[in-house]
Amino acid sequence: MPELTVNGGRYVLDAPVGTSLAEALRERIGLTGTKISCNEGHCGACTVLVDGEPTLACITLAHRVEGREVTTIEGLRDHPMVDAFVRADAVQCGFCTPGQIVSAVALVEAHADPTAAEIRHRMSGNLCRCGTYTKIEEAIRTWRG
Amino acid sequence: MARLIRTEKEVEGRREEVWLVVDEDDLEQWPAGPRNVVGRPKTRDDGLARARGQVRFTADLRFPGMLHAAILRSPYPHARAKRVDLDHALAAPGVRGAIGPGDAPELSATCEYEGAPVAAVCADSMREAHAALALVDVEWEELEPLLDADEAVARGKLLEEPRHHERGDFERGLAEADVVVEATYRTQTVLHNSMETHQSICRFEGDVLEVYTSTQYVWGVRREVAKTLGMPADKVRVVCEFMGGGFGSKNSPGEFTYVAAELARRTGRAVRCALTRREEHIAAGNRNATIQRLTVGARSDGTLTALGGEYVNAVGADGWNSMTEGPMLMLYECANVRSTTWGARLNLPPAKAFRAPGFVEGTFGLECLLDELAAKLGLDPLELRRRNHADRDPGGSEAYSGKNLLECYRRAEPHWERRHEVRSRSTATVKRGVGMASQVWFGGGGPPSYAWIRVGSDARATVVTAMQDVGTGTKTTMAMVAAEELGIPAEDVTVAVGDSLRGPYATLSAGSSTTPSIAPAVRAAAADARRQILDMAEQRYGKGVDFDLRELLSLLGNSQILGTGSRGPNPAGMTVLTFGVQVAEVAVDVETGEVTVDRIAAIHDVGRVINPLGASSQIEGGIIQGIGHTLSEQRLLDPGSGGILTTSLDAYKMPTIADVPEIVTDLIDLPDAQLTSLGSKGIGEPPIIPVAAAIANAIRDATGADVRSLPISREEMLRALAEAKEKARGAATSV
Repeated sequence: MPELTVNGGRYVLDAPVGTSLAEALRERIGLTGTKISCNEGHCGACTVLVDGEPTLACITLAHRVEGREVTTIEGLRDHPMVDAFVRADAVQCGFCTPGQIVSAVALVEAHADPTAAEIRHRMSGNLCRCGTYTKIEEAIRTWRG
Repeated sequence: MARLIRTEKEVEGRREEVWLVVDEDDLEQWPAGPRNVVGRPKTRDDGLARARGQVRFTADLRFPGMLHAAILRSPYPHARAKRVDLDHALAAPGVRGAIGPGDAPELSATCEYEGAPVAAVCADSMREAHAALALVDVEWEELEPLLDADEAVARGKLLEEPRHHERGDFERGLAEADVVVEATYRTQTVLHNSMETHQSICRFEGDVLEVYTSTQYVWGVRREVAKTLGMPADKVRVVCEFMGGGFGSKNSPGEFTYVAAELARRTGRAVRCALTRREEHIAAGNRNATIQRLTVGARSDGTLTALGGEYVNAVGADGWNSMTEGPMLMLYECANVRSTTWGARLNLPPAKAFRAPGFVEGTFGLECLLDELAAKLGLDPLELRRRNHADRDPGGSEAYSGKNLLECYRRAEPHWERRHEVRSRSTATVKRGVGMASQVWFGGGGPPSYAWIRVGSDARATVVTAMQDVGTGTKTTMAMVAAEELGIPAEDVTVAVGDSLRGPYATLSAGSSTTPSIAPAVRAAAADARRQILDMAEQRYGKGVDFDLRELLSLLGNSQILGTGSRGPNPAGMTVLTFGVQVAEVAVDVETGEVTVDRIAAIHDVGRVINPLGASSQIEGGIIQGIGHTLSEQRLLDPGSGGILTTSLDAYKMPTIADVPEIVTDLIDLPDAQLTSLGSKGIGEPPIIPVAAAIANAIRDATGADVRSLPISREEMLRALAEAKEKARGAATSV
């Protein structure tokens, strides 16, 4: 059976072919920080990193990421971006927040000091219905504390 | 002493007379301004856990042996399932149960809208449940759908009798007017689209039905489920610890709860029933479309002499006829007002409350009408609003418990003054302008709501109430109020919510009523504990002796001080409302019709602000939702079949981070002296109310075009620009 590498740990993937990465993370490994909100790649709530690249886990097949490094919100729980989101109050209901933070981490890992235009471009795939966007932009601008 | 009162309870404009037992709220209000904790910015008490993805939403809960249910829904706006055969579905792999019309509340063979629930199956996995739905054999009889709201009114297909309001003499008011403006405004159907879809898990533990559900009203679900299933309310336990948004769509149990409960009863297993995003777009409620035929008459000095409105709410198959006429009745001093509101019953999904239902739509019409009047009179729109300010409730003779709208207008001036500079930055193709709109809404809350508090020997406290925090920061607000009263840091207060078995009744998270309802109860509970602590200190150290709280409480060991509190009555004979004004700056590309909102200043009067940080988040969130409502969101129908076309977040355009303007917030932050021991009102809904009108009025300022239909798509903008050009040409010719 194939193996998944998630947050540095290795897991045997005991799931039928066709299982999405989001489903595998949530239902097989029990990492429920990755949310499923639309389940068709439109909202960004399921964003994880695959080899450092932000990836929509709900439309990624679990079997396709064998041998690659998957990082979920649980693997980023001590990243300064998490605190930055809390400080800026970029969390309302919190359902989209893990996906937002994963995208934001990918952004600052690529450009440590993104411009407002870069933030708006790179974060526009993560929907938030509560409307925390203003605070998300602030969190990313001030993520280093 | 407990007092039995008969009082009027208001939720989002719906009023009912109820009997209540209330305790007097005998605590004095704190003076205005920031205190040790209250009035100072505070991050969320569960912010870290939410941000880390550690909290368990209903969507994250799993129980041993849990089954997954899926619902078969009508594919037609109007149809009858003549025969429903579940046999093939029941024989499918993994399927453990199937139910059809009549087997659970809300499952019906008669389908009045696309998405109406007919049957359901449950299986070992969600995938198997959805696969089995395709095997349910249904013989459909398609019926003619009614889709046009005006036609429904003409044919008398109404949700309820038309609602009339009249004060003064509307016709006489028109006769007294120097200028009359008539206009028709239209608003579209929009969808809540909470990030967590509607869902419940039901399981029986003995004779107790446990309902884990994503809800804005733990106690409402408990009452309705118990009543519908004929169970004692105490045998229904409702749990919602963390909740992924609702915006008005999650105030009642819903068919998914009844499906899960019935299948749990039949299988003896826990059953989860979660809507997919596609179902969420069809069958989870909406803000109904409206048609507003409005008239205003005024003297040349701007004094309003008459206001008239004929409102049609395109409600759908069921739902409620929200108070679209509310702003017209409540916002301005005007002696002669007449309105009629029809709730058109259509073969479309039922409307549900959506953040300031009726008032978002009605304010768009009224506040655009006011600006069209100002243009005709050659008056400054801000001045026109000041001249018609209502000093007393225009609907009656009651005084306001508190109203600082004139102060809002004063603070709006610097933002309003920017219009000269903004306009001057216009180019040949990009026109810029500034517009404003006022806001009125409820938001005073009311009884009943209860809170308990326990204080331990480490001088930390836990507030317990079976409230829910839908994402607005209610728990943090409660922690701050308790901390302030007890004289401890907010970080030392834990708040436990969301379990009807493990806390007292609390109100729903709707109508901007949450904080003004529960926070005074929390303060009362903390004050009760504090009185006991002072008694304890007097006995330990003597009367009037200063003491150290921690040292005193350390005597307690593992015992605790317990306090209880309840929400007292609202002030008798007074109208409790929230007010505000917003000023929007826009840029309109007159070649493409694209509208960009550059800046919105929001000035609101909601009484004392407990957490300025949380309040600013609520305001930004409301404005951002309002921008979606104004510019991009629309549930589209196939005009022929009535089928819903926008069923994904790709097709239904919600705002992204790239659509957000600069948002400036300013709260008056004065306690309402008449309202509770806190003087606080709600902030959830006020900020979304004036957004659409402020943007539309800014567009008129920029281009001279009257946009009267939402959303202001490029097509609508280009239509309005062409119309304005035509009008200008006509005016030039006639001169």
